[in-house]
Amino acid sequence: MADLSIDFCGIKSPNPYWLASAPPSNSAYQVHKAFEAGWGGAVWKTIGAPVMNTFNRYGGLDGPEQKLIGLNNIELISDRNIEVNFKEIAEVKKEWPDRAVIASLMVESDRDVWHDIVKKTEDTGCDGIELNYGCPHGMSERGMGAAVGQVPEYCAMITEWVSEVSSIPVIVKLTPNVTDVVMPARAAVKGGADSLSLINTINSIIGVDLDTFETVPSVGGKGTHGGFAGPAVKPIALHMVSAIARDSEVGVPISGIGGISTWRDAVEFMLLGATSVQVCTAVMHYGFRIIEDLTDGMSNWLDEKGISSITEIIGKTVEKLTDFSQLNLLYRTTARIDKDKCISCNLCYIVCEDTAHQCIDLNPYNGGVKPEVREDDCVGCRLCAMVCPVHECIDMVELDKSNSKTWKELEGELSQPMSWDDLRQFQKKHGIEIH
Amino acid sequence: MTGSEIKITPSEYQSNFSDIKPALSESAAIVEASRCLFCYDAPCTNICPTHIDVPRFIKKIMTGNYLGSAQTILEENILGESCGRVCPVEVLCEGACVMHDKDELPIKIGQLQRFATSWSRENNKKVFTLPPPTGKSIGLVGSGPASLSCAANLALKGYKTIIYEADKIPGGLNAVGVAEYKIKLKDVLNEIALIEEMGVEILTGTEVGKDISIEELLEKYDALFIGIGLGKTKKISIPGENLNGIYDTIDFVKEYKTKPPGEVGVGKRVIVIGGGNTSVDAATAAKRLGAKEVTVIYRRSESEMPAFEHEYDLAKADGVLYRWLTNPVEFLGDENIESVKCVRMELGKPDDSGRRQPKPVKGSEFTIPADMVLLALGQTADEEFINKIPGVTVSNGTIAADPLTGKTSNPKIFAGGDAVHGAKEVVDAVQAGKLAAYEIIKQLSEEEN
Repeated sequence: MADLSIDFCGIKSPNPYWLASAPPSNSAYQVHKAFEAGWGGAVWKTIGAPVMNTFNRYGGLDGPEQKLIGLNNIELISDRNIEVNFKEIAEVKKEWPDRAVIASLMVESDRDVWHDIVKKTEDTGCDGIELNYGCPHGMSERGMGAAVGQVPEYCAMITEWVSEVSSIPVIVKLTPNVTDVVMPARAAVKGGADSLSLINTINSIIGVDLDTFETVPSVGGKGTHGGFAGPAVKPIALHMVSAIARDSEVGVPISGIGGISTWRDAVEFMLLGATSVQVCTAVMHYGFRIIEDLTDGMSNWLDEKGISSITEIIGKTVEKLTDFSQLNLLYRTTARIDKDKCISCNLCYIVCEDTAHQCIDLNPYNGGVKPEVREDDCVGCRLCAMVCPVHECIDMVELDKSNSKTWKELEGELSQPMSWDDLRQFQKKHGIEIH
Repeated sequence: MTGSEIKITPSEYQSNFSDIKPALSESAAIVEASRCLFCYDAPCTNICPTHIDVPRFIKKIMTGNYLGSAQTILEENILGESCGRVCPVEVLCEGACVMHDKDELPIKIGQLQRFATSWSRENNKKVFTLPPPTGKSIGLVGSGPASLSCAANLALKGYKTIIYEADKIPGGLNAVGVAEYKIKLKDVLNEIALIEEMGVEILTGTEVGKDISIEELLEKYDALFIGIGLGKTKKISIPGENLNGIYDTIDFVKEYKTKPPGEVGVGKRVIVIGGGNTSVDAATAAKRLGAKEVTVIYRRSESEMPAFEHEYDLAKADGVLYRWLTNPVEFLGDENIESVKCVRMELGKPDDSGRRQPKPVKGSEFTIPADMVLLALGQTADEEFINKIPGVTVSNGTIAADPLTGKTSNPKIFAGGDAVHGAKEVVDAVQAGKLAAYEIIKQLSEEEN
């Protein structure tokens, strides 16, 4: 059995799965239940300034065959009394000493107010503090949440206020609603953050009701933008986590958040640099019991790979990430269709013909007609392989790995500014024809 | 009916003849529609005799565009609702679905088609906009699927159409000849009412050749369409065939479908003669009407039986017994049928149809007791009637007409459906009627220019 335990800047946890600061971690009752199910940690639902919630808080984005591929919410931070939250955090930590219990905080931008809440939080015995600089709705209108996370100077300033009094690790939770997430990340670290977590939810309107013309969810006829989460945001989160992991100035542990539903998702986040992962939408869809497969699947995968500890994989994919200009332009692949597996839906044909490079023909085969790739014309874009409904029917076959030329190298070799003619000549030399 | 002492209650009738493929709920339809891969050049569309753009109408169900979906169906097949229920989808669209090659169940195309078309009908949606009248009119003989399809397609182009139907009930075999658990008469009549709303006039109880002559029709209309279907079931021509309790399957099915539920009885022991799809309709109906024992006898063996496999499965599931290589030689009884004397058969060399020719085994006679016999030997065309139509000839037992245009040797007369092609499916008749309508429109508009 592989070791799933982690040490996240001093916060220890038996597995890398934490409940994200969100409705599932709203109370001791819930967190107890989650820990009983096997969750490694929980970031408590953000506590701080007084708030009042609306009814109709959520909107779901459904795929044709799967519900809740995205979840939008306009719920604010904890609407329970701050004292009740402190009491319950203390109780939970006492009962579960081996689990990570982290308090998420958000108060007005006042140094004394922050000092006060940090001290009271430490008194609960919790393992760390997460600063919620990400909530994109409601709180941001009051100068908190994303209003802080979107301005690197504020990030640095408030983190400094917290760090100067905190004796436990400080995690800064970043908002994705910025142009470049690396800027607030650097600022938080400059302000003294021990680690970062991301992404918080993305500004969103989930949809409009075609009968009432109101947005979803409607609060008595009016709506407001909310925060988007769930499987649909995973690619955005993966990119942002990796961007921070690649940045040489940041250099602190990352807790990855954004659409993690399975152990596979978690492994991807960790390969791109996360040390722990936080989950919300998946438990809001299925309940805490999903932790069983999250841990079991990860552990079996590690055993299969012969890896003894999950910490060994952290960041392993970061070195395989680079800029476009460093990619090998002469690496060639072609799509190849297994005609015996093909069921003749012809989706590959029509998408290539209408929207790609017109290099699939419908040719006679076994008394019928099957799609076939004209490999000389195929640019290896992968579209056909993605639309094919049959498992492993369209394969991207490696044609040439022997030559290598990056754009960066090409810029050095061809006269600048580069002309189309020179570029065409280079392509022709390597048998690449653009039609 | 003689030998019909067994009767079921109306509520037993409702349950025994409830839809074998029930209507999909809206949410079930959306889920099912979302399974469709939206194939390009889709095999379901290609195999459909009317070439409905199946992926297109299914996609529209998925987006909640039910009216658009119904339009996509009905513009190719005006009897799309019936066909969604009575088509042998197992050997047509659903049989061709690529999902089979993916080891998945095919898309429930028939049920989705029923969903969209019944939705638009039940919600009184206006599916078609009619153009101004052309001033030309077409007479149609028979009100089965071929004529209805022909008339509707003509009406859509502004032609006046009048259908002459000898029976009191319009719709032909689709109305009174399809197993009740596939479609009910009232549903067929509702669908026909939509066609009438398009301006198609149906004169029921009006027999051409008796109430009005074919010459009068030729005089009256710019073109005629003959969609009279087939006539009587073939005679069996063995001793005792006039005993009470022996019925033509077509009459039997019509009787139990049109009389109030629970009124039509069946015998205790019913014998159905013939191995086609109609024999399945008769056998399952007899069983569901309460017969204790229903036996189909067929002169060839199981593998030569023309009934579709899914129809045969239905009969087996209903507990219908089969006796292969068995041929009736005499019906025995005083006034009423009491038993059927049969002979064992053996298969010889293949005949013209490619099937092995059955021959009686000498001295193998035996009798099967029965108080009701249903003859399902296939129908023949009404040659007597056809021969009276000026310039129209009979070929291979049906009207000689071009299968792609419905043209007969009389330039003013067109024909389609079973009367031309022999016993086929409703969907084939719909296509024949549609193609004939296109040809009539083409000819009449050329005449104009």
